[in-house]
Amino acid sequence: MKLREIAHSRTGDKGNISNISVIAYDAKHYPLLLEQVTAARVKSYFAGVVQGEVVRYELPNLSALNFVMDQALGGGVTRSLALDAHGKSLSSALLDLDISTAPDGK
Amino acid sequence: MRTIRIGSGAGYSGDRIEPAIELAEKGDIHYLVFECLGERTVALAQQARMKNPDRGYDPLLEERMRAVLPLCAAKGIKIVTNIGAANPEAAARKTADIAKSLGLSALKVAAIVGDDVLDACKNGDLPVMEFDGTIRQLGNRLLSANAYLGAEPMAQALAAGADVVITGRASDPALFLAPMIHAFGWAMDDWNLLGQGTVAGHLLECAGQITGGYFADPGYKDVPDLARLGFPIGEVGEDGSLVVTKVAGSGGAVTAQTCKEQLLYEVHDPTKYFQPDVVADFSQVKVEEIGPDRVRVSGGRGTKRTDTLKVSVGYVDSYIGEGQISYAGPGALARGRLALEIVRERLKLTNVAASELRFELVGVDSLHGPEVSAHAGEPYEVRVRVSGRTENLREAVRIGNEVETLYTNGPAAGGGAWKSARDVVAVASVLLPRELAKPQVRFVGA
Repeated sequence: MKLREIAHSRTGDKGNISNISVIAYDAKHYPLLLEQVTAARVKSYFAGVVQGEVVRYELPNLSALNFVMDQALGGGVTRSLALDAHGKSLSSALLDLDISTAPDGK
Repeated sequence: MRTIRIGSGAGYSGDRIEPAIELAEKGDIHYLVFECLGERTVALAQQARMKNPDRGYDPLLEERMRAVLPLCAAKGIKIVTNIGAANPEAAARKTADIAKSLGLSALKVAAIVGDDVLDACKNGDLPVMEFDGTIRQLGNRLLSANAYLGAEPMAQALAAGADVVITGRASDPALFLAPMIHAFGWAMDDWNLLGQGTVAGHLLECAGQITGGYFADPGYKDVPDLARLGFPIGEVGEDGSLVVTKVAGSGGAVTAQTCKEQLLYEVHDPTKYFQPDVVADFSQVKVEEIGPDRVRVSGGRGTKRTDTLKVSVGYVDSYIGEGQISYAGPGALARGRLALEIVRERLKLTNVAASELRFELVGVDSLHGPEVSAHAGEPYEVRVRVSGRTENLREAVRIGNEVETLYTNGPAAGGGAWKSARDVVAVASVLLPRELAKPQVRFVGA
């Protein structure tokens, strides 16, 4: 299934850094997020967009992850050539990620 | 326990006008906050002020003030806002004039000055956070430097009896923290209270973004009546307890989901949300729905503030030229791609000097590039978009021209060409030793 089925998401911007929250609708799916929505996977998913590192922060109280992506906004919101200079639309792209629900998590 | 109700009347400079009227009319609020100042806005406003010393404040000031001043004066609602942009004193004078014209001459209007730290920055050689180098390298391209001030001077203005407090650059959450500090007498070193107050301010500062704006996704996250979106109210207790809600009957929704999304909006490390007054820690925050459109948010904490203030530095970065044109029907995608190839070659043939170029098809790959969008199907219509960065306006103009000439020289049936060329005022950040910014409260007529 797609990440969209179990999580919602919002993008924020500061300078050339984009952050994307990924929040489980139901706390029972938080372990799936922890296991499968890794920083490495997000970095590779946005390979054409994010030039820098991706760091993941975990917020178990909220069943949420926060991804901080460096060099992600075309040199910075205020100077980017991009149509979506803020990267507001990145959250929806991430929700297209495939999530496996097989018992072994594979 | 004492509680105050703070309404959030605008989340950005151009935000809707009526939700603030609704808050003042039906929100039973004590404070109304307008957050109107984006990262770059203050640099653009500084340019306006250089042309006219009486300007440099937000262009919607008059409309917003006329809309809410009579109601706020009648009900004793205090206004706190960064609508002053690059000229809070002129904004305060203008507001006092508007009040007078509405028969409200007793209204006390205060400006907070001192966020303009251009001279202090010019004298130092502070490293720029966004790129390798220092502020000195910007030379005469440097336009403005404004420190993010904290809540203290705003709280002082409220304590001195201000009905309207107008700032320039201030931290957005501090606009909300100031009424809390004033109403409850919070100590400026009670880090946990200031941290939880910052949670409240952070949640409220983008107005509609916590009541269902920037949220709806039909079939997954449905939100009622976005055309009449109600703006949020924070009920804050003197112990920092917080309930987020909105005016009954207004559009939108306040749910655990909207609050969680907004809590993490523009946050990096959740244990270290740097503010002028505190380093807030969001990592232990809990969110619970306690009624329809009522969400309790607790658990914000904080640690000691840092010795520096973040400063937004505005500078002339470059010029951007852009052109667009559309193709539709069978073969639209192929014609769009052909158009991009033609423009790419033309920019080379005619030696347009651009340091950076983007060639893309809106509707296909413009937002996330060809890799993320690889599996998308063929659309009915596409819009060619070429943009480039140049050293001067003349070169920037040539980029849009090369797209426009596709009308008569490019693929079949190209329509709706559009072009633009503009200078780019960009914003970078430096950290300034705190003591170099000297905020002051100035009352109009004092």
